[in-house]
Amino acid sequence: MTIWEKVIRLKSETTTRLYEPAIHFQKVSYKVKDTEILKEVTGSFPKHRITTLVGPSGAGKTTLLKMCNGLLSPTSGEVYVEGLPLQDISPIQLRRQAGMVLQNSPVMDGSVYDNLSLPLRLQGKELSEEKATDILNQVGLDRKYLRRDSRNLSGGQQQKVSIARTLLNESNILLLDEITSALDPSSLREVEELIRKLNEVHQITVVWITHNLEQAKRMGHYAWIMIDGQLVQTGNISALQHSDDPSVERFLRGEFK
Amino acid sequence: MSTTALLLTLIFVFIPIILSKTLGLQLEKDTVIATVRSTVQLLLVGFVLKFVFDSESYLFIFLMVSLMIGAAVQNARKKGQQIKGITWKLIVTFVLLEVLTQGILLGFKIVPATAQYIISLTGMVIGNSMVLSILFLNRFVAEVETHRSESELILSLGGTPKQAIHRQLIRSIQASMIPTIESQKTIGLVQLPGMMSGQIIAGADPLEAVQFQILVVFLLLTTAALTSVCLGLLSYPTLFNERMQMIQRGNDSSDE
Ligand SMILES: Nc1ncnc2c1ncn2[C@@H]1O[C@H](COP(=O)(O)OP(=O)(O)OP(=O)(O)O)[C@@H](O)[C@H]1O
Ligand SMILES: [Mg+2]
Repeated sequence: MTIWEKVIRLKSETTTRLYEPAIHFQKVSYKVKDTEILKEVTGSFPKHRITTLVGPSGAGKTTLLKMCNGLLSPTSGEVYVEGLPLQDISPIQLRRQAGMVLQNSPVMDGSVYDNLSLPLRLQGKELSEEKATDILNQVGLDRKYLRRDSRNLSGGQQQKVSIARTLLNESNILLLDEITSALDPSSLREVEELIRKLNEVHQITVVWITHNLEQAKRMGHYAWIMIDGQLVQTGNISALQHSDDPSVERFLRGEFK
Repeated sequence: MSTTALLLTLIFVFIPIILSKTLGLQLEKDTVIATVRSTVQLLLVGFVLKFVFDSESYLFIFLMVSLMIGAAVQNARKKGQQIKGITWKLIVTFVLLEVLTQGILLGFKIVPATAQYIISLTGMVIGNSMVLSILFLNRFVAEVETHRSESELILSLGGTPKQAIHRQLIRSIQASMIPTIESQKTIGLVQLPGMMSGQIIAGADPLEAVQFQILVVFLLLTTAALTSVCLGLLSYPTLFNERMQMIQRGNDSSDE
């Protein structure tokens, strides 16, 4: 094998690796009573990449995200995580592997430290001060916040604490639901940098729901567009530039919320 | 009390009816129903108790206790219909409580094993336990709904259902126990307990009545603690399915 053949082989290997799905949805539907919230969604979130998930309010984005870590199960269809059907993975293991930051990022009563140590306390472990400080720094808060009452923090600070808390599980998949909605522009950049770093340095797969199309284009390698419970467009981030589907095009031009 | 005297007590029924009529409270009908029901039920209980006491048969005592538990379950289950199998959970709670309290009372010969003691104390224990169950269930259902996102957060961080519901469970247990503890702090200062008053009116020595009341006070503390803890531990698992998901409101499919 010549060096060039090796390079080509390596390249094709990496390409296939890049496209390998971390999470795959196969004809996933979700019904509550008679309302169909998700309608036969089929698609993948590629491994080690950032996929941004956009769509108008009520499209079913949060519902779909909660299926990635087994907080919800589809009423029909199948979700695969790293090739395994969801019901073959223990829920606890799955949820540590696929960390989630929720839309409304609830902070629990108690100090910031109490919140950060929660993931470890659930496993009967303790969180060291250094590690807590380190993770706080990573989300752009300094050490003095550790003993602050988390209920007295601003919305943006709570959002940061909630991101840091999820990061402490050291998941290899991150599921993010509107995590920058309460952040000022400079904090927003910090969080975006952090997520990009986690993805680039630690190869963490990211699924990121956002209402901000600019952010979706800026941060995503791939994009999913959902409208009304359906996955209407998916693919490379350029999928967010233009669509032949008139309703998707209207959404992309911001005419439909 | 003479029959005339008893009839004269009806004055206490006419007062609220007249007030209700003149002020338009629309409570006349309920007052009449309450009056008739309480009279009939109490008379009935009086006759039944007299029969059971006279018979001195443990079978009748057993039947009487079962009847009390049955009635308490009937009443409390309406408050916990969101919780699957609430009827059985209440039965288990009441029976456990009854066996434990009577076991201690009779086992250590704290009270004599006669129908009078067993049935009166059962009435107090189960009656209080019923009220507590209702308090607990109301509170627990409300806590679970308002703190749903916290539970979901804990699950999403890899917590177990028990960890996810722990705070709500503790808060509901506390909330349902506090009234019992608080009312016992002021007992005797503001109001005399009904049972003690009854005994004193019936001619018992006040000190003896007090001793007995102390027993009841302690008994009710156990009742409060045991009822809410037992019902709580039995109830929380029904809020989750085997995939450790919180069962959604009004979604039949997620409980598989
Ligand atoms: N448990 C439920 N019962 C009934 N309806 C539900 C339930 N969960 C979600 N829905 C409905 O499903 C639809 C999709 O909800 P979802 O939260 O997934 O939307 P979303 O795309 O995340 O919206 P947003 O951008 O506003 O967060 C909404 O219309 C919502 O009202
Ligand atoms: Mg949402």
